[in-house]
Amino acid sequence: MEAGEANKTRSGVLIDSIRTSSWQSRIAVVLVAVLLVLLLKQAAQDPGQFLSQLFIGLTNGAILALVALGYTLVYGIIELINFAHGDNFMIGSFVGLTVLSGTFAGLSLFGAITDDSGTFLKIIGVIITLFVAMSVCGLVNVGIERVAYKPLRNSPRLAVLITAIGMSFILQNVGLIWKGPAQVPFPQLISDEKVFGPGSILFRWNDLFVVGVTIPLLIALSYFIQRTKQGKAMRAVAQDKEAASMMGINVNRTISITFLLGGILAGASGVMYGLFNGITVFNVGFTQGLYAFTAAVLGGIGNLTGAVVGGLLIGIIGAMSDQYIGTRWTAIVIFAVLILVLVFRPRGLLGDRSAVQGGGE
Amino acid sequence: MGRMRSLGGLMVMGIASALLVVGCGGASGGGGDGGGGGEAETVKIVSDLPLQGSNRAQTTTMVNSIKMAIEERNGKAGGVNIDYESLDDATAQAGSWDAAKCAENAQSVAQDEEVVGWIGPFNSGCAATQIPTLNEAGLGMISPANTYIGLTKPSPDKTEPEKYYPTGERNYTRVIVADDEQGQAGALLMQDEGVKSVYILDDRETYGQGLADQVQASAEELGIEIAGRQGIDGSASNYRSLMSRIKQENPDAIYFGGIIENNAGQLVKDKVSAGMNNDDVLFIGPDGIFVDEFITQAGDAAEGAYITFGGLPESELTPEGKQFVKNYEQQHDDVVQPYTAYAYEAANVMLDAIARAAKESGGAPDREAVLKQILATKDYQGVLGTWSFDDDGDTTLTELSVQQIENGKFVYQRTIDAGDM
Repeated sequence: MEAGEANKTRSGVLIDSIRTSSWQSRIAVVLVAVLLVLLLKQAAQDPGQFLSQLFIGLTNGAILALVALGYTLVYGIIELINFAHGDNFMIGSFVGLTVLSGTFAGLSLFGAITDDSGTFLKIIGVIITLFVAMSVCGLVNVGIERVAYKPLRNSPRLAVLITAIGMSFILQNVGLIWKGPAQVPFPQLISDEKVFGPGSILFRWNDLFVVGVTIPLLIALSYFIQRTKQGKAMRAVAQDKEAASMMGINVNRTISITFLLGGILAGASGVMYGLFNGITVFNVGFTQGLYAFTAAVLGGIGNLTGAVVGGLLIGIIGAMSDQYIGTRWTAIVIFAVLILVLVFRPRGLLGDRSAVQGGGE
Repeated sequence: MGRMRSLGGLMVMGIASALLVVGCGGASGGGGDGGGGGEAETVKIVSDLPLQGSNRAQTTTMVNSIKMAIEERNGKAGGVNIDYESLDDATAQAGSWDAAKCAENAQSVAQDEEVVGWIGPFNSGCAATQIPTLNEAGLGMISPANTYIGLTKPSPDKTEPEKYYPTGERNYTRVIVADDEQGQAGALLMQDEGVKSVYILDDRETYGQGLADQVQASAEELGIEIAGRQGIDGSASNYRSLMSRIKQENPDAIYFGGIIENNAGQLVKDKVSAGMNNDDVLFIGPDGIFVDEFITQAGDAAEGAYITFGGLPESELTPEGKQFVKNYEQQHDDVVQPYTAYAYEAANVMLDAIARAAKESGGAPDREAVLKQILATKDYQGVLGTWSFDDDGDTTLTELSVQQIENGKFVYQRTIDAGDM
């Protein structure tokens, strides 16, 4: 964006950009500033409560961010909104539940891991559950791509969108048959006792677990895409499929790997969701998927950092709205923010892929 | 939808032609063998309940108990064969009742002239969409479970209940005590437990919000401070930030007006994990979460929670009621749930009304005759006690019960008689 202005000083660029900015963005900046001041004023009155809510928002947002990454990865590479992704996330939480119960298809493989199991068993259980759910969801995602998207790769985009919605319904009904129509409880393996923090600040082992799983996953993903050969291939395919294939990149394989990555993230977040909230349900993929998709659009769809920023922002906005505005308004506030962001920045906060690739502006 | 409509059209045509045939037969056969046609005449009743979602265990027993009521009469009421169909007003996608499905069921039944009685629905929001359609069709309704006050009586919404009855005539009744009384019972319970301030939540549905309004009004009357009021999103992933906010207000109790499908289990889990255990900060919920599924979902967090119910649990029923519970559990694999007896009562009231109407008209009664007899139900001796429908179509029973969850079970605690209030 600022390639031609590289020789100017930073403050000069800033003044320039203010001078050339449209009235819309000036209003936006003022609006955000007012909101931040109001929020900080509240925060100063009761910092403990503000921090507690910030942590709650961050952990809720972290789970959303992982799901949002799945949407954005796939969109970045084949410009498809993979509606089945949210339901794959649900499958992830169900797989987790099944692994923890130790029984599959009537076969009792090992004793169920429950609230009463020993700490060591719980840790092993959580690790195995995460691993199994991540593998299953990754493979399911690859399978969905093979069956429902690949044959339609050169058809009009709406056709793939419809098969994606179809896959979403299929997965939802698989979940319905699997665990029934009611909310199902997860064993509480991770303590909801406080980890640290004086006074009213609440940061529990549960929250630590979410943060502790999310951050390594994000680092691994970013490493994979930025530093490995396969990641380079992904970026190349995202830029131009034909050119990439002319350079000898196996496009089909690259797309499959993208879906695998998305599925792995969905599996991890599905298990985390279950362990963290303690309840899951067959249509959780729809509601969580909707918010995750919103997060991806908010941050700029196709943009990986954007998805994480969008997810965290939605989590925090939700918590702040619960605290300072009222739960009744939370959904409205979140979508109002989305609309405002899209009005002022139609490509999302951090811009979508096409801008990153130099096609924008 | 298009296909459904054409199906409906076909059904109407089919019924019309069937009527024609019957008419012709009567004309040619003469009066002599009209009564001895060999086959007794048949009328149909339907029930409309959410058979998918967290309440499934409950609604299945309700369908069973209706079937039981019909079987106990050998499938006949007043010499007329009873045909029964169970409709489902829930969709798998919603995992709960669905307004569109409710309306669709009501419309298709309204066109089916054979149907003379409607048992249900379960959810008050569903009833709000169905009553006007069935009112215009002149079909008598008996609900075993709707408690929203505005369906039959004036509510804070000035247009209720008239807006549900476009013809101006009543066609809706219920065998359960309405929410004005359940609201009072909730408030009285709080007063008894020494609650000084309460935070009220609802699930933003007709039933939940209406009930929460009633609780709020009754609590204010009793001098209990309202620490706050919020509506929750039933599909939210968790309610931690809400509970953290509520904790700041430091209430003595949290009241939730809503149904189990709207994440009541998660709500109480997050309440306890936010550091408000059920001993220090009471959790009080209504009949909408009075189902074993609530305890399964919330686990240990449900321990100590209070539930009010606009009727009596099975252990407090009349001797006839206890006999019903015994019979039911002998014949079925599942166990009786709070609303099972109410569905049984509704079915029996319906069948009695059909029997009286059949006697009066000397053959298969029409909707109008059945409706007249339903509304005329007086001093009915059933499993719930002896009661009548008042002018609004409400039961004259006034007893409500309070249960508390102890060791993973609903334990009956006490009866509150709204008639004393």
